[in-house]
Amino acid sequence: MFDRYIVCEEGFRALDDGRTGGVVEVRMPYYRGLTLSMVEAVDLVLDGRPVPPARTTFTVHGRTYRFDQLPHTTDDRWEMGERAQLAFETDEPLTPGEHEVAVAVRLRISYMPVPGGGRDTKRLTLAA
Amino acid sequence: MSAPAHQIKRGVSLYSFQEEYFLRTMSVEDCIRVAGEIGATGIELIPEQMIPGFPHVSDEFLADWSAWMEKYGTTPVATDLFLDTKLHPDRWLSQEEQVASVCRDVDIAVRLGATVVRAIINTPPEVMEEAAPYAEEQGVRLLLEVHAPFHYGHPWILEHLEVMYRTGSPALGLMPDMGTYVERFPRVVSERALRDGAKPELVDYIVKTYDDHGDTHALTDVVNYRGGGPVDFGLARQATHYIWSEPKAMLEHMPLIGHVQAKFYEMTLDEATGAEVEYSIPYDRIVPVFVEGGFDGYLSSEYEGNRHIQDAFPVDSVEQVRRQHAMFARLLGETTGEDA
Repeated sequence: MFDRYIVCEEGFRALDDGRTGGVVEVRMPYYRGLTLSMVEAVDLVLDGRPVPPARTTFTVHGRTYRFDQLPHTTDDRWEMGERAQLAFETDEPLTPGEHEVAVAVRLRISYMPVPGGGRDTKRLTLAA
Repeated sequence: MSAPAHQIKRGVSLYSFQEEYFLRTMSVEDCIRVAGEIGATGIELIPEQMIPGFPHVSDEFLADWSAWMEKYGTTPVATDLFLDTKLHPDRWLSQEEQVASVCRDVDIAVRLGATVVRAIINTPPEVMEEAAPYAEEQGVRLLLEVHAPFHYGHPWILEHLEVMYRTGSPALGLMPDMGTYVERFPRVVSERALRDGAKPELVDYIVKTYDDHGDTHALTDVVNYRGGGPVDFGLARQATHYIWSEPKAMLEHMPLIGHVQAKFYEMTLDEATGAEVEYSIPYDRIVPVFVEGGFDGYLSSEYEGNRHIQDAFPVDSVEQVRRQHAMFARLLGETTGEDA
């Protein structure tokens, strides 16, 4: 329902902590907030190459989680429309210019017999 | 046109403004303000949607909430609960935990000043039964949403009705979702499928089958036999999820009905009369059923067309809700001085 809004146009940037990689801001394609234990995946494919979840972290309102922590995190939420930061490591530094960013969100929605979520692909520009 | 005397009131579920709230072009206060401007007096809120930090509701939010109600002439009427039976990846929520979740949401409704709580359709009847005494103690009615594709003869609803009639609990009841009265396939949905690449002949087939109230059970299969792809399958699945049934079936259960989710997809103008009507849902034949049954709660707008048009058109949920309320005012015999 909000698939087209998953990948934010703004906020795409390189990591600034000395590691190689970047940050893309993402929103949940759902009409309410959800406890993080029900966020099953936020998978990133950068320029056609999948980034392993183990090389990504997820930050909501200033709190950062590894994806293997999310299944057991029942005291925090990804709020409706909230811009979360999906940080990712890459082998090589990101090059300035356009990148294709594809994000697939998988959610466990209790009243649905099939996985919820959605996917979105956008071309984002990394400032030089 | 004047309607017989009734006590039906107009409300808005802030769910209606999900597009604008998601994109942060409207705040919670904006949602309440426009609802008041439209002439709605009752506000329905999904706490998990619009209260960051849920299930904690801060004193600051409550203070704002009360101030907004006062300022815009509205009243909190209903909240909507969810039941996350799959909260944990490795186990189902126990019945005790499910009841605790419902009671927590009853407490939130009480804090917000609402006296009606929407129990989502997946809430099991035994959980409703066990939570009922607590809801009654708190002065809140726990109303099971009757959402498409369910209807009053469906086994899942019958199980709930059995609990309601056997216990006679004043805290239990029903909240019909008007998405159960989709007489004609929503145009916004089939047009979106076409934009997404659905095959026009299959879209026609699906829409015609639905509009003829034909057998939709094997629609997905037939669409597959005719060379359909994922978009066509999605549309066929949608056609099995909408339902139409006779609105008068609600009369039998009217004492249980405490609130109505007035779902809609697209307001349009009637070609013959120029009056505001919903494209798919015949409110002109639904509202009189509530009048006849002596319903005295709120018709609470639930606009859900945004998701079907946002790819190609600007979404204006406020205008859609405004038009739905013009229709309600007409059907309820109100003389508002607006374009009703």
